Amino acid sequence: MEAAAGGGCGSGPPLLLSEGEQQCYSELFARCAAAGAAGGGPGSGPPEAARAVPSAATAAAGPVADLFRASQLPAETLHQITELCGAKRVGYFGPTQFYIALKLIAAAQSGLPVRIESIKCELPLPRFLMSKTDAEIRFGNPTELHGTKVQIPYLITEKNTFKRMDDEDKQQETQSPTMSPLASPPSSPPHYQRVPLSHAYGKLRSNTEQMHPAPYEARQPLVQPEGPSSGAPGTKPPRHQASLIRSFSVEREPQDNNSNYPDEPWRITEEQREYYVNQFRSLQPDPSSFISGSVAKNFFTKSKLSIPELSYIWELSDADCDGALTLPEFCAAFHLIVARKNGYPLPEGLPPTLQTEYLQAAFPKPKRECALFDSYSESMPANQQPRDLNRMEKLSVKDMADFPVPTQDVTSDDKQGLKSTVDEALPKDVSEDPATKSGLLPPPPALPPRPCPSQISHLRVNSKRSAQRRPPTQLPNYGDFRLQKQSEQAPEAEIHPQLNRAPSQAAESSPAKKDIPYSQPPSKPIRRKFRPENPATENQDTSTAVGGPATAAAVKPHAAVQKQSSKQKKAIQTAIRKNKEANAVLARLNSELQQQLKEVHQERIALENQLEQLRPVTVL
Amino acid sequence: MNYPLYIRSAPTENELKFHYMVHTSLDVVDEKISAMGKALVDQRELYLGLLYPTEDYKVYGYVTNSKVKFVMVVDSSNTALRDNEIRSMFRKLHNSYTDVMCNPFYNPGDRIQSRAFDSMVTSMMIQVC
Repeated sequence: MEAAAGGGCGSGPPLLLSEGEQQCYSELFARCAAAGAAGGGPGSGPPEAARAVPSAATAAAGPVADLFRASQLPAETLHQITELCGAKRVGYFGPTQFYIALKLIAAAQSGLPVRIESIKCELPLPRFLMSKTDAEIRFGNPTELHGTKVQIPYLITEKNTFKRMDDEDKQQETQSPTMSPLASPPSSPPHYQRVPLSHAYGKLRSNTEQMHPAPYEARQPLVQPEGPSSGAPGTKPPRHQASLIRSFSVEREPQDNNSNYPDEPWRITEEQREYYVNQFRSLQPDPSSFISGSVAKNFFTKSKLSIPELSYIWELSDADCDGALTLPEFCAAFHLIVARKNGYPLPEGLPPTLQTEYLQAAFPKPKRECALFDSYSESMPANQQPRDLNRMEKLSVKDMADFPVPTQDVTSDDKQGLKSTVDEALPKDVSEDPATKSGLLPPPPALPPRPCPSQISHLRVNSKRSAQRRPPTQLPNYGDFRLQKQSEQAPEAEIHPQLNRAPSQAAESSPAKKDIPYSQPPSKPIRRKFRPENPATENQDTSTAVGGPATAAAVKPHAAVQKQSSKQKKAIQTAIRKNKEANAVLARLNSELQQQLKEVHQERIALENQLEQLRPVTVL
Repeated sequence: MNYPLYIRSAPTENELKFHYMVHTSLDVVDEKISAMGKALVDQRELYLGLLYPTEDYKVYGYVTNSKVKFVMVVDSSNTALRDNEIRSMFRKLHNSYTDVMCNPFYNPGDRIQSRAFDSMVTSMMIQVC
């Protein structure tokens, strides 16, 4: 069983509870809160407030007192516990206080002294002997909410013995008419087991590294449908803030009026659906499109299920066997994974509630929400691109002042994106302008002004990788030609900073990039022109040695250049091809490295989690 | 590298004999492939037909474009099985195999553990026997 879920109140340090403890405590808390609300217990917060405001849920003092009495500890012990847990101090039993109190009760029952330190060690669950009347009042018709009809064969935790005892009694006594075929004593803790399901969602979410702010409610099957939501959500904020992300719970609709399906575990609730949709979006912004197999594989592998199981889940959920998951397929797969993590055996066939048609029919709303999200997500990439461009333009502005720094700010991702944009831009530019190029050959710097400054700066950034291609000594020639050309000043200014940057970038660029023909447009056309001028420079990519002959070549009369305009065209085209190939290689390399980076991150997070678990518990 | 990705026999006694026959027929399949030439685009060419008849059994072969070989051993006494049916069986096998391949969790070269594939093979074998 996985250990250490976090359960601290927002203001305090996390309180580490084990799985079973967390479920048990949250259940108790919900009951107390609900019972207090329902029964109008003294000192309880206003029921409406308790129901409506999840984060403000408190356990009513009355039921709490009953509960404590049921623990059969002496009164003074209970007083001590109440004091220690902080309820007296804050004046109410919030989730944290309640949990601490429960732990103290467990400690006291195990014979440990009632101290804060006692609760830091592993404790059994507190035992409460409740009288029937108490239980009935408090947990009146728990089975009413079993309208979910959860036939859960497994228990995630086996620690919750006391709960089971109570519930079994309850189950046998109070058979709600709304209960569909369920309610056999062996399946008695279905409501309890639903809690594990909800907790497992949290675990799964932690695995998927999603801190979802949406308050998923673990509906404890308590007195009223709303009662539980008051209690359970109260547990959410503490967990939310726990550093160990095990705090999400997703719930099933307790009453599913429109369902004829007996297979409740396979029904997706609204919150679950929402969560799945958001996860889908994180992988694929367009909800009407699909996720490719490899992307989905990486994603689902994070769930730490075994590969054969994942393979089987995929087989179940990918209805059309196309190697990609649409949104309903993805939701089904995700749901199966969650269920499996909660101990449900995987079904023989895809349950009807998880089939694509059903999901699409049952949840039309998300599509509309999807539309909203679409506009948002689409604007995001659009924003990102201008942002990149802006950054690039800013770079161009800053170039003169502060050259090496801005370029280093650019991430490799940006570079990739830029590279691709530049890749497109460059051939276009080059193809547009062979004619103009030839016309402008005498003044080589004519080319650079052609691309927009942003592109120039893009290329400049990319040239960081291909700095070797740019012999520093070539750059001074820009200046020479510039003087002769009637071009604008902007490229000139841009090129001058290149002089400064080139040496530093040449040092930075890796040797692996040697054969990248990619470079800035200013340098490229010039280089190309140099190449025909000087055969020595034509074949090599970068070297300072070339700079020497290139310099000499550059000074040659321009007449020679003009004759070789056709040669240049070919050279340009080959250069373009080489650029594209190199670009593709780098893009692949980048994606692989990104993948590795992600994996390493995940490992790191997993290790950090383990570390957290092993750290001693701290109490507020 | 000729190891079976999936092997199944209907009457489970003498299973080893069937395994042996399948393995030896792989040579025949290779022979036929090399004889056929490079471009195996047409499905007719994927279906290799009767590889060789033995005393009791007939062995049929089928190879996919990715050189995955399907071998079927049927009882000679099963005269009701016609060539068309064999072809359709191979087609179904091929389709199921592509479905298995579509699963991103399946790595080519792994043993096939897909339940859908299993059930398809079972149904075919039931149909024939």
